[in-house]
Amino acid sequence: MKKSFLERASAYPHIVWSVLFIIAPLIFVVYYTFTDADGAFTTENIARLFTSNYVLIFVNSVCLALIATVICLVIAYPLAYIFSRMREKWQRIMILLIMIPLWMNFLITTYSWMTILEDTGIINSILSVFGLSVHMINTPGAVVVGMVFCFLPYMILPIYTVMSGIDEKLLEAASDLGCSGWQRLTKVVMPMSLSGVISGITMVFVPSISTFYISQKLGGGTFQLIGDTIESYFVGTAINYHFGAALSLVLMILILISMAVMNHYTDAEETERRRIK
Amino acid sequence: MSMNGKKLIELRGITKSFDGEVVLDNISLDIYEDEFITLLGPSGCGKTTTLRIIGGFESPDSGDVFFDGVRINDTPPYKRHINTVFQRYALFPHLNVYENIAFGLRVAKVKDDGEISRRVREMLEMVNLKGFERRHVTTLSGGQQQRVAIARALINKPRVLLLDEPLGALDLKLRKDMQNELKNMQKRTGITFIYVTHDQEEALSMSDTVVVMNGGSIMQIGTPTDIYNEPKNAYVADFIGESNIVDGVMLDDFSVKMSGQTFVCVDKGFGKDTPVDVVVRPEDVDVVSPESGMLRGKVTSVTFKGVHYEVIVDIGGFKWMIQTTDYVAPDAVIGIDIEPDAIHIMNKSEYSGMFGDYSSFSDELDALSENSEEEED
Amino acid sequence: MKILSRIYLILVFIFLYAPIAVMILISFNSGESTTEMQGLSLYWYREMLRDSATLEALRNTLVLSISSAVISTVVGTLAAVGIHKMRNRFMRGAVMSVTNIPMMNPDIVTGISLMLLFVFVGTLLGLESYLSFWTLLIAHVTFNLPYVILSVLPKLKQMDKNIPEAALDLGCTPIQSFFKVELPFIMPGVVTGLIMAFTLSFDDFVISNFTSGSSFETLTIHIYSMIKKSVKPDIYALSTLIFAAVLLLLVVYNMSDRSERADAKTEKRRTLRFRGKEGGAAK
Repeated sequence: MKKSFLERASAYPHIVWSVLFIIAPLIFVVYYTFTDADGAFTTENIARLFTSNYVLIFVNSVCLALIATVICLVIAYPLAYIFSRMREKWQRIMILLIMIPLWMNFLITTYSWMTILEDTGIINSILSVFGLSVHMINTPGAVVVGMVFCFLPYMILPIYTVMSGIDEKLLEAASDLGCSGWQRLTKVVMPMSLSGVISGITMVFVPSISTFYISQKLGGGTFQLIGDTIESYFVGTAINYHFGAALSLVLMILILISMAVMNHYTDAEETERRRIK
Repeated sequence: MSMNGKKLIELRGITKSFDGEVVLDNISLDIYEDEFITLLGPSGCGKTTTLRIIGGFESPDSGDVFFDGVRINDTPPYKRHINTVFQRYALFPHLNVYENIAFGLRVAKVKDDGEISRRVREMLEMVNLKGFERRHVTTLSGGQQQRVAIARALINKPRVLLLDEPLGALDLKLRKDMQNELKNMQKRTGITFIYVTHDQEEALSMSDTVVVMNGGSIMQIGTPTDIYNEPKNAYVADFIGESNIVDGVMLDDFSVKMSGQTFVCVDKGFGKDTPVDVVVRPEDVDVVSPESGMLRGKVTSVTFKGVHYEVIVDIGGFKWMIQTTDYVAPDAVIGIDIEPDAIHIMNKSEYSGMFGDYSSFSDELDALSENSEEEED
Repeated sequence: MKILSRIYLILVFIFLYAPIAVMILISFNSGESTTEMQGLSLYWYREMLRDSATLEALRNTLVLSISSAVISTVVGTLAAVGIHKMRNRFMRGAVMSVTNIPMMNPDIVTGISLMLLFVFVGTLLGLESYLSFWTLLIAHVTFNLPYVILSVLPKLKQMDKNIPEAALDLGCTPIQSFFKVELPFIMPGVVTGLIMAFTLSFDDFVISNFTSGSSFETLTIHIYSMIKKSVKPDIYALSTLIFAAVLLLLVVYNMSDRSERADAKTEKRRTLRFRGKEGGAAK
């Protein structure tokens, strides 16, 4: 049967839209990266990226994002496992409770964290009862706390989704074949939940490395991350679209590479699984 | 009877391939008014594609489709006087039974609610689903969904009804009942039914005409009795029922030599000393004493089947299947007799030697291969 | 073991709810401080409701998120149908990869790339201010589209391909078949996509930050500029109200979910997967 008009053309508006507003903007990022204010070709923007303070910014951002991602993974993994072994009804409630904070605007919650972590904030007022005080605000630690808070649910949800899909019978089979509780975890649950972990890592790492607001508020501007730097070149006083574009381009490439590495792991796991079949 | 009717659908030299793989290879077929015709064959034989071409869901790469003498190659499904009962019913899950059945009328812009209601009720009565109007289709059993699908397809009074393995998902008992019902329905309505199945028993018991297909080609077209009694080649003989297919040589008219013995038969016109395939149905073989038998062999296995015993006999290295009501012991030596009219002679074909030897026969294997056939797209 | 996991659960939830609790508490503060409770009052709620800029921003946000949700749902649903029926595997893969870009890319990159496009076209046309409601709308539709497409596609895959064929068979033209049979079938996916697009749009700050001009302020941008100046508990009052509204919606949505017990499980997994993926875009 010949394809009807609907079948042939229904994706066209989306395709046109994608070309205009997804592909073209990315081309402009490249274009601005390699031009100067007069529109002439230049590699100066790229060269400037390799000066020491920008390298430092990148290193800082990657480090903080990695730390936040690892902490999220460490917190989320046992939590997801606990959820997945609960009764169906409780699982629903728990997941809802994990999702509710996501619906809060992160501008506000980040600001709340300021209230909590400040030198005269809630934690310190509690500690002062015991005559203690800890300086937390405007430190890298505070930024990590902010990131972990904002992105933790994105680590929990995919891991939970994969774990709740593991058939209870499979675990029983493992016990039946002589696995201890610990072996069950390492030999059955962990390999099977790897895909959830991988997508969780991507979902936490990408927004962590590109965040700009959290570090401004909780880091107090004492050190800059890529996100802050990029933002400052587009909305602020030191506007320079060309250099800002170069920064974004490098950020994008950095993320693409880390995603490719991640996907490589999932692919390897997939082929492995297929071979076993 | 049906052959006397008027030609309704003609397929002429239909060829169709998907992704470079030929699914139909130059098929020609005539379908008559008021006929119950069945396309029979294993998975991938092209029967469903043939049906979809008639329904208008696929168009042939070459060849023509005529309906009532008019070429309809480019007529879309919604302009054909043909309706379909799909394999998994394809009921509309958002509509109840009444609205599913009324769908065709509503699309045809029948405005009179009284008429719609009358005709839906008529259909429900025909498929024995009175009182199910307000039920949601997802709450129905497989058999009931099947009936709704039939009612939905028949309400527009099509001239042809296409049925794509409609009973495939039902259990055995229900299948038998539905077979009878479908046959009766076809007789009552006088609508041409084109039925697709891989189940040879179903095909033989329901159809006026059976079309045996394999590998994109038509093997044989004929009445069920023709197909069973006069299979054209080893493939058809094997696919329809059980057959012992033995290498033979036609010595002369009415005389064939096989397994070292000469037999009298009723076939002629093959020429002298022509190699042929000889078909003998298991139920046509008589067990006699070893001394008086035309052929002699050793029993290798006996299986009780209820109505009869299924006996495998090794005769000169070739394993025959025999169905007999008399018990014979395994390892016993028995003789067999074959009446002249139980012997059917076929010309050698590409399928010669591939079928009809029961040396590796097992019920389980048969069941397995049948199940794998249900996957056809 | 049981006890340990209980304690662990409680600690995580304290961590996740502490800022929300602080926010709600301080919204009822009678003083101006955001760190110290001076007494309970509804003062800041009254104050907030009297602030015309805040109400204007709320109105703007609703206009923007409703229109972007509707546009992306229409375009995205059609796109899903088209992608689903594409036979050319290469083409299909290419379209899907491009579709996923806004979901994979950090929001800041999506934001600045669109901004650069608007800047370039704006200067080319000699416009004085190139960022407006329209650029914001374009940006929001762009990042909403993948979510709509990804919530409609699985529904299309669930649909027996014989179902639209049955409609054609019974006399529908392809267009009629779409509206009478296919659309009702995929409706749950379309609605999920619409709701998701609306909430993403409502909540977005990063992309809006780069694509909105001074002429059109959304709620999140309004909050951002308020925070830049000085924070008073009125922002908390506003956020508490939004939080309450969202909570109400979530509860209602979950209640109505129960009616579809039949495929609740698959439905839940799917929603979770997408909710999960919001990570890339929402923050």
